[in-house]
Amino acid sequence: MSESAIITPPLSDDDIMKLKIGDRVLITGKILTGRDSAHKRLFDLIKEGKSLPVDVKGQIIYYVGPAPAKPGYVIGSAGPTTSYRMDPYAPLLMEHGLKGMIGKGVRSQPVRDAMKQFKAVYLAATGGAGALIAKNIKSARIVAYEDLGPEAIRELEVENFPVIVANDAYGGDLYQEGIKQYRR
Amino acid sequence: MRRDISHEKIKDTVARLCIDANYFLGNDMIQAFKSYIENEESDTGRDILKQLLRNAEIAEKEQVPLCQDCGFAVVFLEIGTGVCFEGNIIEAINDGVRKGYTEGYLRKSILSDPVKGKNTNDNTPAIIHTTFVPGDKIKITVAPKGGGSENMSEVKMMKPADGIEGVKDFVVDRVLRSSSNPCPPTVVGVGIGGTFEYVAFLAKKALLRNIGERNTDPFYADIERELLQRINNLGIGPMGLGGRTTSLDVFIETHPRHIASFPVAVNINCHVARHKTAII
Ligand code: SF4
Repeated sequence: MSESAIITPPLSDDDIMKLKIGDRVLITGKILTGRDSAHKRLFDLIKEGKSLPVDVKGQIIYYVGPAPAKPGYVIGSAGPTTSYRMDPYAPLLMEHGLKGMIGKGVRSQPVRDAMKQFKAVYLAATGGAGALIAKNIKSARIVAYEDLGPEAIRELEVENFPVIVANDAYGGDLYQEGIKQYRR
Repeated sequence: MRRDISHEKIKDTVARLCIDANYFLGNDMIQAFKSYIENEESDTGRDILKQLLRNAEIAEKEQVPLCQDCGFAVVFLEIGTGVCFEGNIIEAINDGVRKGYTEGYLRKSILSDPVKGKNTNDNTPAIIHTTFVPGDKIKITVAPKGGGSENMSEVKMMKPADGIEGVKDFVVDRVLRSSSNPCPPTVVGVGIGGTFEYVAFLAKKALLRNIGERNTDPFYADIERELLQRINNLGIGPMGLGGRTTSLDVFIETHPRHIASFPVAVNINCHVARHKTAII
């Protein structure tokens, strides 16, 4: 895949199989947000056999809890949060069609296995670059769990949101490869 | 020699420091990003460092927080013994944190109780460290601390026989195990000596130094350089995706110790290394 290709959800299995670790990708279109509490609620609903308040099929979830928006802004600073806290919930969401996750930091083996099994990718955004990333977010609206405040599920419209493929559906892991390549 | 300092003065100063620390990255960090970009071998790594420079520019220009995690408000006070307050200085500081985090559109991340708590919605209470010094002024430093990097920190009660080599290995290993989680490139604070609780404070205090500011004892200054090199040989790189730039600096603070104890602490800070100081 060429550098900085653009992807737009919903994503198909074919879209996913084109992505390899190290690819720089720009996301344009609609993505969902969710972190700890929202994940727990979605997970519990699936376990209880109930329907979800948002359709995750083909979608990308961004692990983020934004800062409050200043007047005239659609969102406050909005960089990724650490992903491992979502590891217990992620495989079940992938089983239900989730195709992408954006966050920061390494994922557990079960999450990596699920990406291979259900054809999904993990995309690393730059942690701490919250002011920069907010510039790529054109609109934000709460679609579920308003009571969770910064942790509510939002639908974001993004344009050229920069991410790097950190785990692909082939079992590749950029965290392991990267450190191997540069270790002295 | 006595000088009155008002509740309002302390409150307004703390509020401004909370906002400034979250909007404006220190020039030392900006210069460090620039010089590390030169030496970074990974394309991805260089890209990320450039994003961090751009992020700091946007935050400063638009007056928005550098990172959405606007941190726990850690406040260091050096109070001149000649200073008189009206009222309660702790309350004045918390009033300042409340004002700064609300008016600055900073994210509030503090739970009122670690187990049963709800968000206090104003980022109070602050963590306050106080020392007394001669004079009639107060030096206030606000160092908002993000959760991602704080979570990768550790205190270890080492054996005196472990010696300085044991300390070095522990610090490097702590950074290795943290991998991508503390948002590398990081700044590493190390405390050596004192007691269990004091060594953690030393490591935190070390993070108030500016990049390139060495320990005044040449023995520890050399160890800081050596540790930085060893850490940057790990290959973790920006955001843990591989590269030369894992940490921008290592700072060691020390204290006398008990003959039987050898406490060591590592407090990791992310590249959003926030600390702003005012003297009133
Ligand atoms: S570790 Fe630092 S840069 Fe990363 S999300 Fe937390 S506060 Fe922001």
